[in-house]
Amino acid sequence: MSAPEILESAPGRKTPGRKTSGRKTPRRKTAVQARPRARRTWGKALRRDWQLYSLAVAPLLFFIIFRYLPMAGNVIAFRRYRPGGSLFGDEWIGLHYFRLFIHDPTFWHVFTNTLILGALTLVFIFPMPIVLALLLNELHNRRLKRFVQTISYLPHFLSIVVVVGFVTQILDVDGVVNQGLRAIGHAPITFLQQPGWFRTIYVSSEMWQTVGWGTILYLAALTTIDSDLYEAARIDGASRWRQTWHVTLPGIRPTMMTLLILNIGTFMAVGFEKVLLLYNPLTYPTADVISTYLYRVGVVSGSFSYAAAIGLFESVVGLILVVSANFISKRTVGSGLW
Amino acid sequence: MVTVDVREPPARTQQRSRGPRPSRGYRVFQGVNAVILTVVVAVTLYPFINILARSFSNERYIRTGQVNLLPRGFNLTTYRHVMSDSAFWTNYRNTLVYTVVATIISMVLTTCYAYVLSKRHLKGRGFLVGVALFTMFFNGGLIPNYVLVSHLNLRNTLWAVVLPNAISVFNLLVMKSFFENQPVELEEAAAVDGLGTYGILLRIVLPLSKAVIATMILFYAVFFWNSWFSGFLYMDRSDLFPVTVYLRNLIAGATTGSDQTASSDSAIQIAGNIQAVTVVLTVAPIMLVYPFIQRYFVSGVMLGAVKG
Repeated sequence: MSAPEILESAPGRKTPGRKTSGRKTPRRKTAVQARPRARRTWGKALRRDWQLYSLAVAPLLFFIIFRYLPMAGNVIAFRRYRPGGSLFGDEWIGLHYFRLFIHDPTFWHVFTNTLILGALTLVFIFPMPIVLALLLNELHNRRLKRFVQTISYLPHFLSIVVVVGFVTQILDVDGVVNQGLRAIGHAPITFLQQPGWFRTIYVSSEMWQTVGWGTILYLAALTTIDSDLYEAARIDGASRWRQTWHVTLPGIRPTMMTLLILNIGTFMAVGFEKVLLLYNPLTYPTADVISTYLYRVGVVSGSFSYAAAIGLFESVVGLILVVSANFISKRTVGSGLW
Repeated sequence: MVTVDVREPPARTQQRSRGPRPSRGYRVFQGVNAVILTVVVAVTLYPFINILARSFSNERYIRTGQVNLLPRGFNLTTYRHVMSDSAFWTNYRNTLVYTVVATIISMVLTTCYAYVLSKRHLKGRGFLVGVALFTMFFNGGLIPNYVLVSHLNLRNTLWAVVLPNAISVFNLLVMKSFFENQPVELEEAAAVDGLGTYGILLRIVLPLSKAVIATMILFYAVFFWNSWFSGFLYMDRSDLFPVTVYLRNLIAGATTGSDQTASSDSAIQIAGNIQAVTVVLTVAPIMLVYPFIQRYFVSGVMLGAVKG
């Protein structure tokens, strides 16, 4: 489907109704056609739909250049890259950089931090939208419900920089949290400089920003539950709590599993931008994660190959996690993402 | 499923009342529930109110930790200062320019590709869909992207912000499913009348897709307005920063934002709440349009979730 081919088939075929006749050709026939004729059908397809194909050219270029080229660019993890040299590195050096980070204590340190922060995110943030959606679902005053929804979606639309701005203002020495501490006679705490506070701050600000928006899909799933099921449960004498447990939760389980798998997929990349904005050298002991470490190694210090090796490792671990989550989900609840 | 109106459940509420008379325990629960949700609303809104109060407050009250819900020692010194700071406006204008250009390019690319993907008869359609879907799950990672953008000499240009994020696959899928659900008869009739594919797309399909186009424009515009990392990563000159990077530098203490010409009194005042003022000015446009656009976002998400 090269460009010249498309152009060649262009001239003199502006017959009106060409598209229509094309669509009228039953699609099944083409699909059933014998293999040897495949080439001819491509030619036909190009002649018939060249205008459509031409619309796809620019987007395809985008995908090739800005999505697939960087994927191939990961090869610099195995090659020595010099700024100004080839995009794919200059000489093959194999697993040198992988060996390097396996023996790098900082790497294992940030690896542990990543796992902890990822696990905290999963444990504390993943269930919250479900809880909030269930609570909203029990709210029968429609106007109030709409109001709560509108307000709780709001933080989703803020830039991460703005959220971090909120965090720094609230946790400032003269911020509201320290006002409270002072009121109970406690000395002010410089929260953002304390490694011990970083995870709490990260998780709670993440919760503040994402939980409301996260309810949307659950609320939608809740409306699809058949009300006859509640009727039946009620006739069987189920209390509201048991109705929730036996009807509502199973009803939204597919949504839950899908989102859980997606969340596990981003486990290794934990809020890179947020951490980058929130942390500082004082909080590195708890805040530094793989993605921020490789940012400093690669972009700040210029060791691109080394950083690419770490990045590749991160993606591979992430991939393994999401594939196994999907596998387990399929085995246990019978549905997965693919 | 053409559209999913999330605000819908009208009949539902009646059906959902599970039982003739709610038990006493349930009524208690409803009371508690209302309280919990009120707390959620309060917690969500509090940072906004607090930062607004700080932005208008006198430095003396801020420093001694007395500003909470209402401004104390109302003054506009810092607003006047930030509004007259040319660096701030340069970066604010950059954000505006980046957002507009990026949104236009994203919309053109996304619309074209989504329209192509929506044509079920098209040979090779599965492959074209696959090309996009694959990138939803795999990406090159930070370093290869950085190396690529540097190699293409896009650093310190608008294109470093615009091009690497031009198509969001999620938005693409939303548009694709919208186009797929449109009746084919109109397009067929237009083809009989002699319109080519381009004509059909421009004169028939797009005018009928105003709703989804508006939603997509909002998705992209908010994304680009809020984005900071591309600007931070690829721009070396401060006159090219988007306003989010200006704010980031302010928070990180890289710039103080105060200039030497200001008298010492107002300099102290400015240092006291310049962060708050800059945050307020950065989010203001989004907050102003939010009440009107919120439901489009929700329906957009639903549309994507149903199909994607």
